[in-house]
Amino acid sequence: MAGRVEGKVAFITGAARSQGRSHALRLAQEGADIIAVDIAGPVGSIRMYPPATEEDLAETVRQVEALDRRIVATKADVRDSGALRAALDEGVAQLGRLDIVLANAGVFEIQPALELSDDDWREMIDINLTGVWNTCKVALPHLVEGGRGGAIVLTSSTAGLKGVPNTVHYTAAKHGVVGIMRTLANEFAEHSIRVNSVHPTGVDTVMIQNEKTWGLFTPDDPSPSREKAEPVFRATNALPVPWVDPVDISNAILFLVSDEARYITGVTLPVDAGFTTR
Amino acid sequence: MGKLDGKVAFITGAARGQGRSHALRLAQEGADIIAVDICAQVGSVGYPLATPEDLAETVRQVEALDRRIVASQADVRDSGALTEAVDEGVAQLGRLDIVLANAGIASFGPVTELTDEMWDDMIDINLTGVFKTVRAAVPHLRAHGQGGAIVITSSTAGIKGMGNLAHYVSAKHGVVGLMKTLANELAPDMIRVNSVHPTAVDTDMIHNDQTYGLFVPDKPAAEVTRDEAGEIFQALNALPIRWVDPVDISNAILFLISDDARYVTGVQLPVDAGSVVK
Repeated sequence: MAGRVEGKVAFITGAARSQGRSHALRLAQEGADIIAVDIAGPVGSIRMYPPATEEDLAETVRQVEALDRRIVATKADVRDSGALRAALDEGVAQLGRLDIVLANAGVFEIQPALELSDDDWREMIDINLTGVWNTCKVALPHLVEGGRGGAIVLTSSTAGLKGVPNTVHYTAAKHGVVGIMRTLANEFAEHSIRVNSVHPTGVDTVMIQNEKTWGLFTPDDPSPSREKAEPVFRATNALPVPWVDPVDISNAILFLVSDEARYITGVTLPVDAGFTTR
Repeated sequence: MGKLDGKVAFITGAARGQGRSHALRLAQEGADIIAVDICAQVGSVGYPLATPEDLAETVRQVEALDRRIVASQADVRDSGALTEAVDEGVAQLGRLDIVLANAGIASFGPVTELTDEMWDDMIDINLTGVFKTVRAAVPHLRAHGQGGAIVITSSTAGIKGMGNLAHYVSAKHGVVGLMKTLANELAPDMIRVNSVHPTAVDTDMIHNDQTYGLFVPDKPAAEVTRDEAGEIFQALNALPIRWVDPVDISNAILFLISDDARYVTGVQLPVDAGSVVK
């Protein structure tokens, strides 16, 4: 049976691990070839979890190729639109077309608002907001020139719909992404290019599974852990689950980029176990 | 293997239009169907509603897919009839997993010309009918302890206001309140509740003299062509299309009720060609 995105090519940022790798694999399972980028290195203001590495990106390549799909992977920072454009152009040159864009790359850090330095703020906005715009900016010309329409999904967050304490820079960026999504959905509708956003609750990746995040959820515990944080995470959601898996976000994105959603655009789609409706 | 093998879905308004499309799409994915439809006229509705022959045709088409279907004529305003229909369906098919509150009517008029009958019919069917549908079904969803999925069909008129539709807009907004409340209330049982918000769908609900007269007011409705109406409809959407097909709503619903959306609840999902963001 033909895959749901058979013969298409997807550009995915932040593809070295976690959600980005899951998206690459899920789309490859459904027949897409992949153009992958990741910074694969540290960001100064992000201290609470370790950065993705070049080995992580190589592992994504290995796993996509194991599915018999092609992948062109490049180490590139979403803040550097020149590097992003070069990576994408090279991918399109090799794979022949572009149909799908997943602006997934992002960072997270917990910090009370008044303790944020100017650099903390700037790096967050540069990566999680401007990086999303850079991704769209370099990809849209390929989609328009292709003349076959296309689908863009921007990864926002429940923090793109609701204010979440201790994350003002992250929450501002993730709300900003919704503005990009809504504007581009209108501006590129005439080209049948659809633009939507997904809004995950906590996803079971290193971005939340780290000591600082666990500690925020269990502030009175001197030795925080995943197990101790779990019931507190669970209490933030309506459904009785503490977090979702990366593949849950991938499945929502797969729906949005497939022909099953051919007329869905401009939509904010929470995958949040009811977090925002509680 | 279907996405819904072994599951049973209760669908209101299943005789034709979107309801029939949902029944067939779910049956293609392995579900058995409990179908109800009023199969009769409602006084304040200015276009012909479904007939017993329409419902029989839905039965024929579901059975042609080798799935079972239990269909009854029942009005969503009649709690007793609804309860009887769903109880009988569960008795025959063994369980209930999915509920699609799809039945609905349309009528038009400036607020000062909306009669009490128009208002009451609309609220009774498009809002209270959804409540009665869910109330009759939830005990069956809870019975097996394996969770479930409810999708309520709202409208773009459940997100924004539209002239000449005060009663319809009120009802379609009202079901969003119902959806959000139920998403919370039923979450502990892993019963997910979401709404879909279609733009105009290519069914009898829009292709009739009443609707054409509203959209092309400078001409006798009987003389308005499908193409003339189509141009006006297209102006409502961001994507360059006139209307969506029933199957586009069915595909969105299929995503929401499938395990691909196992942690999606409390969500308003527009399938609206960008009408809301335009």
